[in-house]
Amino acid sequence: MKPLVLTLNARPAERLDMSPVLPHLLAGKTAREIARIGVGTTRRPVTLGDVFRVRVGDAQRIRIEGAGDRLDRIGYGMTGGEILVDGDVGSEAGRLMTGGHLTIKGDAGPWAASVLRGGRIEISGAAGERLGGPLPGEMAGMRGGMVIVRGDVGPRAGDRMRRGTIVVEGRAGAWAGSRMIAGTLILAGPTGPLPGYLMRRGTIVLGSGAAQLSPTFIDCGTHDLIALRLLAAFVADDSARAARLLQRPLRRLAGDMAVLGKGEIFLASRT
Amino acid sequence: MRALIVNGVRIDDTFAEAFGMRATALIITADSARWARQAAITMTGFGTSVIGCGCEAGIDRELTAKQTPDGRPGVRVLLFAVSTGELQKQLAGRVSQCVLTSPGSACYAGLDGEERLKLGNALRYFGDGWQISKRFGGKHYWRIPVLDGEFLCEATTGLTKSAVGGGNLLIMGESARTTLAAAEAVVKAIGRVPDVVMPFPGGIARSGSKVGSKYKTVRASTNDAYCPTLKGAVKSALDADVGSVLEIVIDGLTAEAVGAAMAAGIAAIVKLGPKRGALRIGAGNYGGKLGPHHFHLKDLLP
Repeated sequence: MKPLVLTLNARPAERLDMSPVLPHLLAGKTAREIARIGVGTTRRPVTLGDVFRVRVGDAQRIRIEGAGDRLDRIGYGMTGGEILVDGDVGSEAGRLMTGGHLTIKGDAGPWAASVLRGGRIEISGAAGERLGGPLPGEMAGMRGGMVIVRGDVGPRAGDRMRRGTIVVEGRAGAWAGSRMIAGTLILAGPTGPLPGYLMRRGTIVLGSGAAQLSPTFIDCGTHDLIALRLLAAFVADDSARAARLLQRPLRRLAGDMAVLGKGEIFLASRT
Repeated sequence: MRALIVNGVRIDDTFAEAFGMRATALIITADSARWARQAAITMTGFGTSVIGCGCEAGIDRELTAKQTPDGRPGVRVLLFAVSTGELQKQLAGRVSQCVLTSPGSACYAGLDGEERLKLGNALRYFGDGWQISKRFGGKHYWRIPVLDGEFLCEATTGLTKSAVGGGNLLIMGESARTTLAAAEAVVKAIGRVPDVVMPFPGGIARSGSKVGSKYKTVRASTNDAYCPTLKGAVKSALDADVGSVLEIVIDGLTAEAVGAAMAAGIAAIVKLGPKRGALRIGAGNYGGKLGPHHFHLKDLLP
């Protein structure tokens, strides 16, 4: 069966809330029913049919074509299936997702993968600030699943992360892994200042160093740990670059000693 | 007892009576096969019989670097006990004293399954607050800082309630030398069968036992019917030409595995023949009323 395809007619006049477009919500619906779903965010009601051309198909595989940065909350709360986005997306892509695959062939806005619980998100372009992070008022960020960003990420990637794995192949902004509670953040490219700022537990791997390291991280020496080899095997299918990075002995910095200090930053030693 | 003769070896028309057990498996790895083996041997030591050791344990097989989770050489160990509680106690005690302490070791689940036993979850407190939990790829690991770096241990391992313990073969030969040769051939053959262990020293038990004794406090005593030196004194099961008997005890994760192991053992004895090996093969049972699993030798012939 062919996938269900939504093609954007033109750049929408307002931001759209795409959260009703999920495999389990569209399953069994006709083209007409799908076209009637409201996605507007202003007082003027906007339906999917107003802005998209709908081609029905297997709702377990949704394709969104011609997407743009005004499409917020794509894959919000997704539980299973697959969403493939051809183009950029707005904020909160994949927020609160518990399962399935979300693939974005473009850039993502802020709070992509916010409070992700399970499943897999791949962003082939860049991601905005607070990748995986919580919205104001939430106690914890990402708590499961896997996020791969091929491009750069904004500041505070992995903010308040609690569990799960984030791999960033490009550059990362300032305060990557800020306030981390636990989890694994692999940053293959160079990062901005103060990675791991106020992190309590968790693991940050820096492939190309940071603009400035916090003095509250303490050098524990260079080690070749089995845990990192297992991590390398785990990420190998998704990111050969991250896997290569983890197969060498790495310098371990413990921190952030300004708080609990049970986190760690692994630094690839310069050769 | 009517005997069947294959290649000159007499095979008793009898059966081995085996019992249901709880079992688990784990994979121990180290920087070299030598140290993986060392950790496994230490951990499975004093694990010959549930009567006195709390569990029966042994090495199932050695694993190459490609077969282990972390790409280092390893060993798969099986542990059998009569209850889940005892198995958990033995597992935690043995891994903490024998694997955690072994240089460069790491420890993983060797068995899948819904029901789990605590592995790293029972050991993590050794880290005194510095232990690190890591979850990825659907697995949960504990990293415990130790003197040579880190001990990595999977949080749980699988438990099976359909394991079988007490599969056995009684190997009867003309002399101690030929009987041992036959027993060694059996151990080598069964070593290639997956999911089974032979918990006794080198896989061989020379002090096969019967249930009960003339002394009230002794639960198991020597199997006098098979002791060659008592041939004339007791109601012996031995023929005039048998001068030595050795027993192989087999525990397996499934009844099929135990059956396959016994068949492999019988085939090895038959192949060796009566001159260089055993004259006769028997098996131990309690009349068939105690154990649910009966392995008839005649069904296992090569």
